[in-house]
Amino acid sequence: MRALFYLLTAFGVIGLAIWAYDQNQKTQVAIRDVRGLRAEIRALHEALDVQRAEWAYLNRPQRLRALAQMNFERLGLLPLQGGQFGQVDEIPYPLIGAAASTGPEDTL
Amino acid sequence: MNRLPLRPLARILDARAQGVNPLTIEKENLRLRREQQRDAGRRRAEWRLLFLATAFFAGYAAIGAKMGMLAASPVVESEPYVGESISGERADVLDRNGNILATNLVTHSLYAEMRYMVDGRRAAHELVQIFPDLDEERLAARLTDPNRRFDWIRARVSPEQAQAAHDIGEPGLLLGPRDMRLYPNGTLAAHVLGGTTYGEQGVTAAEIQGVAGLEYAQNQRLSDADLADVPLTLSLDLGVQAAVEEVLADGIAMYNANGGSAILMDAHTGEIVAMTSAPTFDPNDRPAPALTGDPADSPLFNRAVQGLYELGSVMKVFTVAQALDMNMVTPETMIDTRGPIRFGRFRLSDMHSMPASMSVTDVLVESSNVGTARIAQMIGAEQQQNFLRRLGLLDQMPLEVSETGRVRPQYPARWSELSAMTISYGHGMTMTPLHLAAGYAAMVNGGTLVQPTLLRRPDAPVGQRVITEETSRIIRTMLRDVVTEGTASFGDVDGYAVGGKTGTANKVRPEGGYYQDRTVATFAGAFPMNDPRYVFVVTMDEPTIFVAGQNRRTAGWTVVPVVAQMIGRVAPMLGLRPQTPAEIEAGMQLR
Repeated sequence: MRALFYLLTAFGVIGLAIWAYDQNQKTQVAIRDVRGLRAEIRALHEALDVQRAEWAYLNRPQRLRALAQMNFERLGLLPLQGGQFGQVDEIPYPLIGAAASTGPEDTL
Repeated sequence: MNRLPLRPLARILDARAQGVNPLTIEKENLRLRREQQRDAGRRRAEWRLLFLATAFFAGYAAIGAKMGMLAASPVVESEPYVGESISGERADVLDRNGNILATNLVTHSLYAEMRYMVDGRRAAHELVQIFPDLDEERLAARLTDPNRRFDWIRARVSPEQAQAAHDIGEPGLLLGPRDMRLYPNGTLAAHVLGGTTYGEQGVTAAEIQGVAGLEYAQNQRLSDADLADVPLTLSLDLGVQAAVEEVLADGIAMYNANGGSAILMDAHTGEIVAMTSAPTFDPNDRPAPALTGDPADSPLFNRAVQGLYELGSVMKVFTVAQALDMNMVTPETMIDTRGPIRFGRFRLSDMHSMPASMSVTDVLVESSNVGTARIAQMIGAEQQQNFLRRLGLLDQMPLEVSETGRVRPQYPARWSELSAMTISYGHGMTMTPLHLAAGYAAMVNGGTLVQPTLLRRPDAPVGQRVITEETSRIIRTMLRDVVTEGTASFGDVDGYAVGGKTGTANKVRPEGGYYQDRTVATFAGAFPMNDPRYVFVVTMDEPTIFVAGQNRRTAGWTVVPVVAQMIGRVAPMLGLRPQTPAEIEAGMQLR
């Protein structure tokens, strides 16, 4: 009985040691993964910053103005004018009896 | 514990009397004593065991509890992300709609480490192919110098140059990451943003420091590591700023001016929506400050906040407002405008002939120097000075740019009656367009002070009251009249009820006196006048145009049409719907 108990304890210790070693290895792998992911996030953030800067650079008012002038014949873009504001009563009401709404229904 | 004697005399005597061996008594007592000692030792051992067991149990319980807590608690990132982000070293600057005004870009720096250098001469030869401005001989000497261990080649290289330098294949040439401050809109809002330079430089990073403008004034906020991911939002509007700059630049070209400035400010919160000064510069490639000549001619000079000018007739508004507010006059009070006024050896006169007497409204609308001087005499020098001081026009006007720090309005140390008279129409004291904008905001917004700011601040507290609402209403009507029937008749914009006051001041000669043919033309006002939302101050330096048979230099001919064009462009962008003449009329009556 006692021998069996000792044997079981010894096997238990060995089992736990293997489990602990395994966990340790897995943790280290996870840490390495996290480090890799962090580096990737950083690189992506950096890339995002570059994209944002490039977007701002490409959309700078000076360039847009020049482009609007270059493509004036095709697009006919002009600066916003006060006369382009409308009144609410200039918007026609939908005709009574017109086809039922084809827009997105309220799904709630 | 009392020790019992081993051989108690009474029992021994008893035993002897009964013929029993007394040694048994001693043995018996000895046994008892040993048993007693054994029990005591055992109890002590038990206590020790219990104590040890408790200690061990507590220790393991603590460890177990900690493990349990760790296992149960949610996973947290051990290191915060901010500390690792290279781009997070200086916060971005955004306009009010979130467009980028300044951001960071990671580029590379190029340096040489001699201990890895294989062939310095070849490296120098190849580097000169990439950077033609480098001197090959000197570079080769530096790269092959045995006493050198390290050398900077370029603080900032483009990706193409970095690739080309890498392709040389010289192990001694190394690239380090380097943050760069980028102003993607180029010259836009250059004077507001200022610029940056590198502070401490290392191989892996370099500190970016502001050198001027907002970058300098807000350096601490922008370089705060905790707030690096929180962009700084300005009150500027990118689109409006671009339109204002474009119209001003066109105006300066058309009227042959040396330069100019424009401020567009929210009349109630003091948020500056657009501020520019021309000529301008590119903050990405900030020019060195000029060491010779007048610093005011440098593109770096911010005329809007640094330019101290005698602003001329635009100041008349303050004189009239004060007289109205002190109930000295009403808009209909007739003022004696016969000129010139002789005062000692000085003569104050009007630019062109005026009627012998005019109403207060007409004094402002027709811009009579004599009439304004008479009103100033009624107010008195001391009262006038106090009023201007309350408006903040005699002190520094703080703003979130570095340039305001050294700019203080100039006025006579002894504020005599003569000073009061000339100052009443804008001569004899200087101030900046920014001062004027703040002053006008208080005149038209119902009479409360505003604090100009470049930072987004939609819920600014209502400032101190300086004039009554009724005075402010009258001033609005008068400023509107200046545009509809006075000196700023070119300033009207359909539907936007522009109101304002022109000012044309001869420039001061450095050696004393005034130039007769050099003027600073100013138009200051607000729109829409029935409910002022925005205050504008536009100045042009030495504008001139040949119209209707003569050279025109006055503001009404030069800066006013520019402002009209500006408002026509920016008012729709600011979401202002044009109003019908009837709506404007009703609004002016009501308020």
